[in-house]
Amino acid sequence: MSDFIGGVYDVIVVGAGHAGCEAALATARLGFSTAIFTLNLDNIANMPCNPNIGGTAKGQLVREVDALGGQMGISADANFIQSKILNKAKGPAVYSLRAQIDRRAYSDYMKHVLEMQENLEIKQAEVTDILCKDKRIKGIRVHTGTVYYCKALILTTGTYLNGSIIIGESKVSSGPDGLLPANKLSNSLKELGIELLRFKTGTPPRLNERSIDYSKLIEQPGDEEIVPFSFLTGELNIEQVPCYMTHTTEETHRIIRENLHRSPMYSGEIKGIGARYCPSIEDKIVRFADKESHQVFVEPMGLGTKEVYLQGMSTSMPEDVQLKMVRSLPGLENAQIMRPAYAIEYDCINPAQLKLSLEIKGIEGLFFAGQINGSSGYEEAAAQGLMAGINAAMKLQNREPLVLDRSQAYIGVLIDDLVTKGTNEPYRMMTSRAEYRLYLRQDNADVRLTSIGYKIGLVTQERFDRFMAKSRLIEKEIKRLQETVLPANNEINEFMLRHGSTKIVTGIKLYDLLKRPEIEYHYLSEIGQGADLPKEVIEQVSISIKYEGYLKRQMNQIEQFKRMEERRLPEEIDYSSIHGLSTEARQKLNAIKPVSLGQASRISGVSPADISVLLVYLESRKRKG
Amino acid sequence: MINDTIAGVSTAVGNSGISVIRLSGPEAFLIADKIFKGKYTVSEQKSHTIQYGKIISNETKEVIDEVLLSKMEAPRTYTRENVVEISSHGGYTIAVSLLNLLYKNGARPAEPGEFTKRAFLNGRIDLSQAEAVMDIIQARTQRVSKIAVKQLEGSVSQKLNEIRERIITLLSDIEVNLDYPEYDAEEITLSKAERAAEEIINELDGLIRSFHYGKLLREGMDVVIAGRPNVGKSSLMNRLTRKNRSIVTDIPGTTRDTVEEYVNIKGIPVKLVDTAGVRDTFDRVEQQGVERSIKAISDADFVIILIDISKGFITEDQDVLNKVLGENKPYVLCFNKTDLVKDKQTINEFINSYPGAILMSIYEDTGIDELEERIFGYATENRQDMDNQVLITNARHESQLRKAKELLESAHRASQLNMTLDMVALDLKAALEELGKITGHHADEDVINAIFSRFCLGK
Repeated sequence: MSDFIGGVYDVIVVGAGHAGCEAALATARLGFSTAIFTLNLDNIANMPCNPNIGGTAKGQLVREVDALGGQMGISADANFIQSKILNKAKGPAVYSLRAQIDRRAYSDYMKHVLEMQENLEIKQAEVTDILCKDKRIKGIRVHTGTVYYCKALILTTGTYLNGSIIIGESKVSSGPDGLLPANKLSNSLKELGIELLRFKTGTPPRLNERSIDYSKLIEQPGDEEIVPFSFLTGELNIEQVPCYMTHTTEETHRIIRENLHRSPMYSGEIKGIGARYCPSIEDKIVRFADKESHQVFVEPMGLGTKEVYLQGMSTSMPEDVQLKMVRSLPGLENAQIMRPAYAIEYDCINPAQLKLSLEIKGIEGLFFAGQINGSSGYEEAAAQGLMAGINAAMKLQNREPLVLDRSQAYIGVLIDDLVTKGTNEPYRMMTSRAEYRLYLRQDNADVRLTSIGYKIGLVTQERFDRFMAKSRLIEKEIKRLQETVLPANNEINEFMLRHGSTKIVTGIKLYDLLKRPEIEYHYLSEIGQGADLPKEVIEQVSISIKYEGYLKRQMNQIEQFKRMEERRLPEEIDYSSIHGLSTEARQKLNAIKPVSLGQASRISGVSPADISVLLVYLESRKRKG
Repeated sequence: MINDTIAGVSTAVGNSGISVIRLSGPEAFLIADKIFKGKYTVSEQKSHTIQYGKIISNETKEVIDEVLLSKMEAPRTYTRENVVEISSHGGYTIAVSLLNLLYKNGARPAEPGEFTKRAFLNGRIDLSQAEAVMDIIQARTQRVSKIAVKQLEGSVSQKLNEIRERIITLLSDIEVNLDYPEYDAEEITLSKAERAAEEIINELDGLIRSFHYGKLLREGMDVVIAGRPNVGKSSLMNRLTRKNRSIVTDIPGTTRDTVEEYVNIKGIPVKLVDTAGVRDTFDRVEQQGVERSIKAISDADFVIILIDISKGFITEDQDVLNKVLGENKPYVLCFNKTDLVKDKQTINEFINSYPGAILMSIYEDTGIDELEERIFGYATENRQDMDNQVLITNARHESQLRKAKELLESAHRASQLNMTLDMVALDLKAALEELGKITGHHADEDVINAIFSRFCLGK
């Protein structure tokens, strides 16, 4: 019997989480007929863990996705219930926006965005097989046997592949949030020769907030001034919902210690590799035994629900222990657990098998994005989804893939890290992973990326025009500050002293005045030198003046970096034939096939001496012609 | 990629009585056999042994030199290739004819630094070691090579890694605060960063200071003999050079007015500069002469001020002393010609007025040992233990350390000025990279180019 052909598309996306949504929207918006498959249409862009988007480094990722024409920022702005800039006192390189999100509203919103998208079909089905011919993608088969054809396939399966949920002694085959797992696709991947890893992550319990005594908790309100994620979003003004803070007690720690033998993490039941940055509460108590208390946050999960998320209490303890633990926290003495905490194990691929375009080496047209690549986090997923979508489209258009480097975007750092170094735990973005953090700020994501997104075709004319207008305002204002000289009179010197600065003896340019750390831009209006400009323009102007010296240095570093990135390594090099490379370097270089000397230098096991050898090799290759 | 055999002189030309010619590559033993006549052929000779023999031209059959030949089979060799080293007694001419003979018999002239480059390419040495090898090549005395050898073993790397660790610790303290603002880690404050930066700066300072000593050992110490005319400067120069084996014979100065001699004082290579030629520098108002003399003093590491005690301490002597004090140079006063002073009272008065001065009679050979002691003492002052400590001997390392120190100072300043933590982190990260350039933690094309071009000087 021949197969039923359910449809023929340019692109198929498997999974409708944060990566899948971005990928499908990108290819559809770039004009390619696209189908997105999900196990359950009611869980599009679900947030099975924390009900927030953004945070350190992640906020920057969302901004970058937005600047390139992605969706996450816009959807977050439409569905947030609290907004906060983290690290306000620690400097512009690390300002990070984070918003609490109405989880159900976000999911519905995103589903609607997909539904309304031209060129995009949404389908509920379990994808069971990848169809491949002559190392080229042909299509997929779903659980019903129906076949769909495509030219490019993007897998964004999240934590669903062979998912199993562990709560204490109980272990069941399941996806997150009680959804079905995808148990067949892993085998199909293995048959294609793709190496799989098994990772583990976890989530804390959800409580009914009616059972919480908030009088014992510390309120954590949002910021008064709300900053949106998207460069397209105007002023935002909503009634915000607070979070609350409590802490673990001596009693909590005692309960955990006494029940440690029942934790599957310690009994050896869980074999997946968890992340160091996201330890379960039992991990924290074992590893940091002398710490008497840990902070715990209560975060709302939406306006239409009383369910709250208990950040800091991720655990895989049995249910009875969980309840005792939760009730040992001040304010939670009578707490009712609605969903217990759990650990989840899942299959992902070794991302070192990917090219920087997120296409897998050796199979034409097969792309991967999100948690299947060993990352964690909604924002990391969205960023990869967008890039995989763009690059699938670039491939179908016979254009060069879009590869952002480490000096252009956190997205570049993320993908380069995953592909070049691989990962042995779920990978989370951090600002300290970015060498050029001072340049990769959230405020200038549009400066860095919007022109690129415009060339790709994802940035709309409206977005591009806005960006250009903003750039012109910034330029004009900097010029004005350069050209305006203040006289050294009493009024100015009083102003200087008032703000803890020193008197001036000769005239001073406004520009130089703002270089003084103690003089803020908004003080200028006191001496009639303010300008009526949008906040985001003033922010960019202030940062570029205040940190001019540091920024210049960073740009020099970037120039140096680019030089190594520009030394291309031809794909056909056989590293095992290069004399002088260490055995480990030969193996790694042959496996990863770095595109540049810069990328090669970041591969673990490739030493500086190996890079010198490659330099000499490239040189001799050049001399030989 | 590497399949030919290279030959070259591995000692600095003209620097010693013995030249070592090195052959490296697959054909090294075969080539050596063509021109060497010993008890065994080189091919038969056991690896890592030395034998005595003669180098005979296979064209003219004439004996070129008597030599010691050491054979080292790959991979336990400097280049990890087959290596032959021929120690010949001859000077430059012999070395050249020996090399020519090797070239005729199949070896290729080594490019500058090629042995080390091969060692490097064959994975034998890392970056910081490559440079230490260079220092060995240049080393003029045993003491220097002792330090260079120690560096090879990685004591510099070890010390630097310790400092790197400290920076990494501070940096991670800051980073955790930046990446986990709500994590209840101990809050790192600017004042904590300031203190930590200060400690690291001190560590770096110690290493940078050690370079000064390293430089004295490696490049020698410039000692200037100053004094008005006829106090015995030339005699002292002669005395010191005759007593101490001259390492390099008289190199005429670039001007006819100064004379330089290299001597070895208690293991410290010393370049003696006699301003004797600058006659009447201090009593004749002759601008050029004065300038040259001052230049010699300002370039000096140490100044010997020679005074004729029989004439007393006169104005011109004071002029000389003032110049030296003006340049802020370490010095020693030597009261010469004590043999001409019969009155012990006068001598005692001098000693009382100028404590630390040396009484000297070049004629009677007194006070010379004390002067040498003083020079050595200066070179090793407060550094008695330096031989066992980490010593920076390489100028590139020193400049990298200075850059790292500047960046830490910048971090320190940023903390004081209440800049934000992200800026402080930027400086610290950059400092780390500078240190990484020494230990090879980050390959930088510019660094590699610089090292290999510097080897031109080394050979």
